[in-house]
Amino acid sequence: MPEKKTVYGGFPESPAYIKVKGLTYVYNSGGPSEQVALTGVELEIKKGEFLALVGPNGSGKSTLARHFNALLTPTEGKVLVDGMDTRQAEYLWEIRQRVGMVFQNPDNQIVSSLVEEDVAFGAENLGLPPSEVRARVDEALRLTGLSEYRNHAPHLLSGGQKQRLAIAGVLAMRPDCLVLDEPSAMLDPSGRRELMDILTRLNRSGGVTVVLVTHDMEEAAAADKVLIMSGGRPVREGTPAEVFADEQLLRDVGLELPVAAKIAHRLRRRGFLVPDGILTVKDMVSYLCR
Amino acid sequence: MISSITFGQFIPGNSLLHRLDPRTKVICVIATAIAVVSIVKWYEFAILAVFIFLSMILSRIPARIFFRGLFSIWLLLVVTFSLQALLTPGEVLFGLGALKITREGLAAGCQIFLRLALLILIAFLLTLTTSPISLTAGLESILAPLKRAGVPTHELAMMMTIALRFVPTLLTEAEKVIKAQQSRGAGLGSGEVVERVKGLLPLFVPLFAGALRRAEELAVAMEARCYRGGANRTRMNSLVLELPDYVTLGITFAVLAMSVWLRFQNRL
Amino acid sequence: MPVIRVENLTHIYSRGTPFEVTSLDNVSLEIQRGGFYALVGATGSGKSTLVQHFNGILAPTTGKVWVCGIDVANKRLRRELWRKVGLVFQQPEHQLFEETVFDDVAFGPRNLGLSAKEVRERVFDALRLVGLDPDEVEQTSPFRLSGGMRRKAAIAGVLALHPEVLALDEPAAGLDPLSRRQLMERIDHFRMDRGITVVLVTHNMEEVARWADRVAVLHKGRLAMEAAPREIFNKAEELRAMGLDVPATVELMLCLQARGVPVRTSVLTTDEAVEEIAGLLNRT
Repeated sequence: MPEKKTVYGGFPESPAYIKVKGLTYVYNSGGPSEQVALTGVELEIKKGEFLALVGPNGSGKSTLARHFNALLTPTEGKVLVDGMDTRQAEYLWEIRQRVGMVFQNPDNQIVSSLVEEDVAFGAENLGLPPSEVRARVDEALRLTGLSEYRNHAPHLLSGGQKQRLAIAGVLAMRPDCLVLDEPSAMLDPSGRRELMDILTRLNRSGGVTVVLVTHDMEEAAAADKVLIMSGGRPVREGTPAEVFADEQLLRDVGLELPVAAKIAHRLRRRGFLVPDGILTVKDMVSYLCR
Repeated sequence: MISSITFGQFIPGNSLLHRLDPRTKVICVIATAIAVVSIVKWYEFAILAVFIFLSMILSRIPARIFFRGLFSIWLLLVVTFSLQALLTPGEVLFGLGALKITREGLAAGCQIFLRLALLILIAFLLTLTTSPISLTAGLESILAPLKRAGVPTHELAMMMTIALRFVPTLLTEAEKVIKAQQSRGAGLGSGEVVERVKGLLPLFVPLFAGALRRAEELAVAMEARCYRGGANRTRMNSLVLELPDYVTLGITFAVLAMSVWLRFQNRL
Repeated sequence: MPVIRVENLTHIYSRGTPFEVTSLDNVSLEIQRGGFYALVGATGSGKSTLVQHFNGILAPTTGKVWVCGIDVANKRLRRELWRKVGLVFQQPEHQLFEETVFDDVAFGPRNLGLSAKEVRERVFDALRLVGLDPDEVEQTSPFRLSGGMRRKAAIAGVLALHPEVLALDEPAAGLDPLSRRQLMERIDHFRMDRGITVVLVTHNMEEVARWADRVAVLHKGRLAMEAAPREIFNKAEELRAMGLDVPATVELMLCLQARGVPVRTSVLTTDEAVEEIAGLLNRT
């Protein structure tokens, strides 16, 4: 896996890995229960970037995410993954190997009743020789800290561990990009922390492009870039600092600022000259202790 | 808590039998079963019983676990024995009015009792020493030639694997649904038949709906991991027959051959 | 007289089998009527097991539990506890089963043996309480509703019992922040309006700080702490050692204090944190 420079804000001069142009998606198009989920989305995700896709329920963020690995294809517009058009059937499996996806429910992604077998599932689907599969399984288990559980039954793992297992299963396919659809929604705080640790590690040292769909702004604060969705449209795009500067927008859309950012805003409203860019508790502490 | 019990009674271990290829075990079980139904004479039963008991020892699983399983179907054994003993015509040994036990009946009863008991012990030898995953892989491999006849062996094996994986999960969910409905006053188990069946709706509808939901989500997750059926798929743990497998197969087929030969001898 | 009293409660699952698990170990606590009580603990701490003793689903292995004056050891009376204590399980939308929302919410009231007229009143009342429009949804199939609406319908099904005590296990899990806040506000409003007691099982410390007036912390089946939220959050180290956390506001104050900045650490809400920091900035 290539090394990534830790430049805040990602690689500005990086090529676009995923390009979304004029994307419109309609569920049950033409039928009685037709529903427009996305309208005119334009987006570029750079290689090695950590993007947070945020928005309230129904904003279309999950629908958008599912276009990145061709689970859904556009009704109008197009989505290109490393140059490959997702509507073209001959690229389908290549795209899905390059862009892995982890879903919200930890249980409903696990195929086998043995951890190492489940991790092997994706690599086996790629038709790799057994020795290669085993090597990748070992690697994936190591990256997600699950090596000691390799012979365990998945249903006995905790929620956080199950999600790590899901990630391991995707990592065994050596994807360029990892898309996660609200992966921590059903986890407890320690599970959430484990998950975010792995994601930031994979992104920073592993160079894996990460797209995290979430409505937890504390998680979004860890990203390089944030895209706010509402009503099927992108509403604001920028670094976390840029996006969280507009408290009113977030409130209108139905989201909440991370606590530190909220405190910073209230202080600003009281007349204190608190700088922008305070997103996390750490930021606030650094500012107050300078 | 139901979910901590592994389905299929598999008891992990490192014995000779545990380490055999699952295909070997399946084939030997079938072969030995054929032998058991072929034999007739007492000494033949004795030889087979010794063979089976030796295998049980080699499995290093305590005998009481085998016999506890036998015990749990005592009713079946008793009923079949009794039917044979009472309904076989021949020389009457003792009787009570219309119920007559004949010598031939006793012999037939003992025979069928022994056959059933031995068959069950053989089945246990398989399920106690072979993990469900291993078993599925073994069956898939054995049935692979049928693929050419159009039998979807891979899909069947996949279905079994997923079913086994979800059994504990679904049991936990069933527990939760039952508790949730009881929390709203659901009786779940009292009243007349029609009432009771209707009373099961609050359990079955959520379970079915939940299972369908899981199936859909799982299918999407599998597709996202490039699953497209059995074509061009490899397996990390491939099954390889080794010396112990060949030896076991050899011995078992020898026993089978001997049993069949003895059966023919008896016929002549 | 507390509405719930627990004395030396121990609960062992699968007793006598090789799978024996002690889920609760000698737990004692009291829950006062009309309050908002939080039960926190990491996964496996026993909090779900404990709350299932309150509505009669589980019985103690040893020890005593009194709910609304009833000793749960009395099997016949325990079987009727569901009428007084409503329990909302995690992801309650997975228990919907009827053909219409009306029938599903009516399940509880019908089991209570109420008249058709009373059942109708209760269903409509409960639907309004959770923010659903009865006229709109009553004839709809629950399976046609969105996830959020389904959850509301499921909660309404328990509210329709008009319980004296409402116990909820992670009711807001998986909801977006706005829906989360709205739901909790409704629950608290319901509590104050009808004088019921609320028991919230959660591991979201922000919620505990915002809503609870008393907190019990469980760890591996034992009661580790039991006090008002402010006191509980003073013990951040202990909480972290148990796999729990403190609200972000408290964490902020603790970090500042660790750096030698003189701040109070017993802040709970964002407003209090703002006050404290404003005071700090004014002094420097």
